[in-house]
Amino acid sequence: MSSTTLPAGNDKPVYYEIDEHPHPEGHSTLLGFWIYLMSDCLIFAILFACYAVLGGNFAAGPGPKDLFDLNLIALNTAMLLFSSLTYGLAMIAMQNRNLRHVQMWLAVTGLFGAAFLAIELYEFSHLIHIGATPQRSAFLSAFFTLVGTHGLHVTFGLVWLVTLIVQLGRHGLNPANQRRVACLSLFWHFLDVIWIGVFTFVYLMGML
Amino acid sequence: MSAATTHAEQAEHDSHGIEIPHASYRDYTIGFVLSVILTAIPFALVMTGALSPAVTGVTILGLAVVQIVVHMVYFLHMSPKAEGGWSITSLIFTIIVVGIMLSGSLWVMSHLNTNMMPQAHEEMSQIP
Repeated sequence: MSSTTLPAGNDKPVYYEIDEHPHPEGHSTLLGFWIYLMSDCLIFAILFACYAVLGGNFAAGPGPKDLFDLNLIALNTAMLLFSSLTYGLAMIAMQNRNLRHVQMWLAVTGLFGAAFLAIELYEFSHLIHIGATPQRSAFLSAFFTLVGTHGLHVTFGLVWLVTLIVQLGRHGLNPANQRRVACLSLFWHFLDVIWIGVFTFVYLMGML
Repeated sequence: MSAATTHAEQAEHDSHGIEIPHASYRDYTIGFVLSVILTAIPFALVMTGALSPAVTGVTILGLAVVQIVVHMVYFLHMSPKAEGGWSITSLIFTIIVVGIMLSGSLWVMSHLNTNMMPQAHEEMSQIP
């Protein structure tokens, strides 16, 4: 429905739409998910700020140079970077409407993600084993909180990934599933962006 | 006239489907290769210790910022036009808030640290 306003003089009448347009289901999901990611960004920013403030308080305990193994971190970074690439391949397969390839690339992404998580858990268990627990110093509290929160995000990403592979197997590439794959793509690449901050600021700067 | 019509039809068509950013092999390949280079350089700099710590620190922070931009453009398909400009608007807003918070926290806390009571080293080592 439109309403008409007659302007003064002999100008053309101006039309205004007064009814709301129909919105297709899920048309704003991607933007909404992006805004969620931005709020997640704030969480990580706070944890980075905590680490920046507390990272030098060793309480006469071990510091970054005593604890971190850069070879392990490089391997970890490679796992996450490969998983970003394979997720991209899954997105391309989805554009080509190739369900099998989407599932395969998502599974490969999941394997790289699981490898990342396994290496991180190994690192954490090693640290805790040698007595560098979160209770030891403010530096270690901040370190475990920041890196652990990132690891927790990867864990939930993996849960989502497995759920999505099952869903795709059941319902195929319907619009809802395409939307979910696109959302998880944002989430997964976002975690890689956060990891750039972690390996640069925590690990590499710590070794200087 | 016909060009205007096609444009309107295009807009009409877009508003009814779900907009999923277009992905291409080219984007992901460029993004991946750049990321590998931008990751390898800082690791190599720190592991070999080729430069002085101060120069290395500034360099790796700069490379991290560049890599984040590469990820945003090639993996997250960020562009000023995505979602009618709302993605980039919320991103810029977030960057401003994060910037204020990070610099503010560091500034305030460094002042507080200076005002802390000095503590003897022996005393510190008694803390469990």
